[in-house]
Amino acid sequence: MQLLIQCCVLWFVSPEGIEALCNDVNVNHTDVRMLIFAWKMKAEKQGYFSKDEWRRGLKCLGADTRPKLKKAIEGLDKELKVPECFEDFYSYAFQYCLTEEKQRSVDIETICELLNIVLKSEFPNQVNLLVEYLKVGKQLFKLIYVQNDYRALNMDQWRSFYRFFKEVDFHDLENYDSSQAWTVIIDNFVEWLKEKEKN
Amino acid sequence: MERKTIDLEQCWDYMQKGITKLMKILRERHDEFMLRELEERWITHKVMVRWLSRFFHYLDQYFIAGRYLPPLNAVGLTCFRHLVYMEVRDNARKAVITRIDKEREGEQIDRSLLKNVVDIFVEMDQYEEDFEVQMLEDTANYYKSKATNWIEVESCPDYMLKAEDCLRRERERVTHYLHFSTEQKLVEKVQHELLVTHANQLLDGVRALLRDDKVEDLSRMYRLYQKIPKGLDPVANVFKQHVTAEGTALVQQAEEASSLVRKFIELHDKYMTYVNDCFINHTLFHKALKEAFEVFCNKNAAATFCDNILKKGGSDEAIEETLDKVVKLLAYISDKDLYAEFYRKKLARRLLFDRSANEDHEKCILTKLKQQCGGQFTSKMEGMVMDLTLARDNQMKFEEYLRDNTHGIDLTVTVLTTGFWPSYKSSDLNLPVEMLKCVEVFKEFYETKTKHRKLTWIHSLGTCHIIGKFEPKTIELVVSTYQAAALLLFNSAHKLSYSEIMMQLNLTHEDVILSKEPNTTTISPNDTFEFNYKFTDKMRRIKIPLPPVDERKKVIEDVDKDRRYAIDAAIVRIMKSRKVLGHQQLVLECVQQLGCMFKPDIKAIKKRIEDLITRDYLERDKENPNTFNYLA
Repeated sequence: MQLLIQCCVLWFVSPEGIEALCNDVNVNHTDVRMLIFAWKMKAEKQGYFSKDEWRRGLKCLGADTRPKLKKAIEGLDKELKVPECFEDFYSYAFQYCLTEEKQRSVDIETICELLNIVLKSEFPNQVNLLVEYLKVGKQLFKLIYVQNDYRALNMDQWRSFYRFFKEVDFHDLENYDSSQAWTVIIDNFVEWLKEKEKN
Repeated sequence: MERKTIDLEQCWDYMQKGITKLMKILRERHDEFMLRELEERWITHKVMVRWLSRFFHYLDQYFIAGRYLPPLNAVGLTCFRHLVYMEVRDNARKAVITRIDKEREGEQIDRSLLKNVVDIFVEMDQYEEDFEVQMLEDTANYYKSKATNWIEVESCPDYMLKAEDCLRRERERVTHYLHFSTEQKLVEKVQHELLVTHANQLLDGVRALLRDDKVEDLSRMYRLYQKIPKGLDPVANVFKQHVTAEGTALVQQAEEASSLVRKFIELHDKYMTYVNDCFINHTLFHKALKEAFEVFCNKNAAATFCDNILKKGGSDEAIEETLDKVVKLLAYISDKDLYAEFYRKKLARRLLFDRSANEDHEKCILTKLKQQCGGQFTSKMEGMVMDLTLARDNQMKFEEYLRDNTHGIDLTVTVLTTGFWPSYKSSDLNLPVEMLKCVEVFKEFYETKTKHRKLTWIHSLGTCHIIGKFEPKTIELVVSTYQAAALLLFNSAHKLSYSEIMMQLNLTHEDVILSKEPNTTTISPNDTFEFNYKFTDKMRRIKIPLPPVDERKKVIEDVDKDRRYAIDAAIVRIMKSRKVLGHQQLVLECVQQLGCMFKPDIKAIKKRIEDLITRDYLERDKENPNTFNYLA
C-alpha cells in the first residue's frame, strides 16, 4: 500500500495525473465513477487529490494494488444503490464544482453536464426535460413576475432537483402543489412542462 | 275480593263492546264527520278511563302495582290504541291533512277539532311516525306545486311577499293545533320548497332589486334567507358582483381622477347604508362590499384626489369630511405602499411649489393616515412638512443675513432632509454667473449655521424670475432654473444651436426640457434658437410651464425595491423569533406582517427565502425540506 501511494502521489496530485489514472483504469474522466471515487475520497478540490484523500480513497475501496484499484473503480456505480449514500453523493457532486473560495453557485452549463452524469441513469426522461428547460430558460423572459433567467444555481436549488424527480410523477403534474416549499425554479419548471404538454 | 275481580272483567267486557261499536261508527263516517266522532269518542273514552281508575284506585295502587301489571289508565290507553287507533289512524291522518290543505287555500276550518285529533296521535305516542312524517311530505308537495306556479307568474318582490306570508301562517298553524316540535321541521320544508329550490331565479330578482334600489324588498330577502343555513352566501355574492360592476363601470368611464374618487365615495356610502339597513350589518355583506371595492379602487386616483383637494382648499369641515372618506377608501387598497409613494411625491410637489392651500389640512390628513395605516406609513411625510416649517425660519434668517451683508440678491432656499423626501436627480448644471453668486452666498450663510452637512443643489426644482426686455414691453418670465439658464445664454449671443446650448449648460439630452420658446415647438440638434425681440403678451408676467413628467414607472420601481427589503426583513424577523418554522406557516406570517402596507406576492416571498438561504440567514432542514431553520 505504501509503495502504491508513494508512486501515485507523484502522478495524481494534478489534473494531468488524474487523466493518467483514468487511462490506466480505463474509465473516462467524465464517467460518474470518477466522481464517485472523488466522493469516496472526500476530495475537496476539483482536479486534485491530496495524499490524505488518496489514502482514504484506497482504503475505502480496499485496493492496494493497481489491478485491484482498477476493478474497484469499475464497480463503483454500485455504491450508490443505497438512497442515503446517493443523497450524500449528489450533494457532494455540486460541492465539487465550486472552485473559487466564496463561490456559492455553479453555472448552468456545468449543472447540465452534472445532471447528465449523476442522474441520467436513474431518471433519463426527466433529466432531458430539465436540461432542455435550463438551456431554453436562459432566453425566455416570461411576463410573470419571476424572470426565467438563470445563469447559475445554488446548492438548495440543486438539491431540489433530485427531490423533485424522486417525489413528483411527471405524468401527474396536476398534483404538484406550488404552495409547498419547492424552489421557485422548480415551480417555473413545472409551469413550463405544463405549457409544453398543452402544445 | 272475588266479586271485585268479576266486576273488573265485566267492565272489561263492556269496554270492549263499546269500542267495537265505536269502530263500526267510525268506519261509516268520513272526513270531518269521522273526525268529530273520533274526537268525541276519544274524549269520552278518556273520561271513562279516568273514572274507572278512580273506582279501582285501591286495587290499582296496592294490588296491581305489586303484581307488576300495568295500571288501569295505561290499560285504557292500550285498549284504545289496539282496538280503535290502529284501525282509524290512516283515515284520521288523511282527513286532518286534507283540512290543513283546505285552510291553506283559505277556507275556514275547525281548529280545535284538529287540535284534539292531533292530540290523539300524541297520546298514542305515534305522533311522528303516524302523523308528522306524512304531514310534512304533504306540505312539501303542496308548496312545491305552489312555488312552481308562483315563480313563473309572480315578480320577485311579490314572490317573496307570498313566501314570507306562508311562513308566518305555518308558524301560526303550529301554535294552534300542531305539536310544537313540528315547527322547526315544518318551516324548513316550506323554506326549502319556496326559497331554496328556486334560489337561482330569485337571485336574478335580487340583481334587479339592487339595480332599482328596492330597499324594502332587499330587507325582506335578507330576512327570509337569513334563516336558511348558508342561505345568505349567494345573496352576498350577487351583492358583491353588483357593487363591483358599478365600480368598474365608473372606472371605465375614464373620469378625471378627483371626480372618480368622489364617485367612489358616494358609491361606498350608498352601499354601506344597504349593508347597515337591509342586511342588518351582517358580516357577510361587509365582507362582500369590501371585496368589491378592493377590485376596482384605483390607487393613483386616490392620491391625485387628495392632491386636488389640498391644492384647492375649501371650508375646513367639508375638507375634513372628504378627507376622512378618502382615507376610509384607503382600507380597500391592498398596495398601500404604492399609494404612499405617489402621495409622497405629490406632497413634495405641493410643499415645494407652495401649492398647498392650507398647512393645517395637510397635517390633518397625515394624522388620519397615521391612524389608519400606522406611523411607519406617515413618518417620512411628517418629516417633510416639518422640514418646510424649519425652512421658513431658515429663510428669515437668510434674509437677515443678506441684508446685513448687502449682496443684492433675491434668493429663497428651502433645505430638505434627504431621507424624508423622494429622491430627485441632481445634475451639474452650469449656472450662469449671476446664479453662481447666489449659490455661494447661501453656502456661506449655511455654514455659519451648521457645519458637517453637505448641500446638494436640486436645480430641477428651482424657479427663476427673469425680466425679459422685449421690444414692445418688458415682461417678467417665471421659469424653471434650467429654462432660466438657457435663456440667460442669450444675453451674450443672439443665436444659439441646440448642441451649443447643451454644451454650455453642461446638460445631457435628458435634462434639456422643452420650453415654449416663441420660435419653435420641437427641437432637433441642429435647430437654432434666437432671442425673439418682438415677443409680447398682454400679461406682464408669464409663467412658462414645464412639460409633465410621468413618474409612475419610477415610483413603481422604487416601491418594488422597497418591498423586497421589507419582505427580507419580515422573514428574518419571523425566523429569528421562531427559530424553526414550516414553509407554509412562514409564508402566512409574512403576509400577515406585511399586510398593513401591501399584499406580498407568494412567489416573491419564495424568492426572497431562497435568497436568504444563499446568504446563510436560513437553511432548509435536512430531514424535512418543507421546514426552515434560522441560522444565527
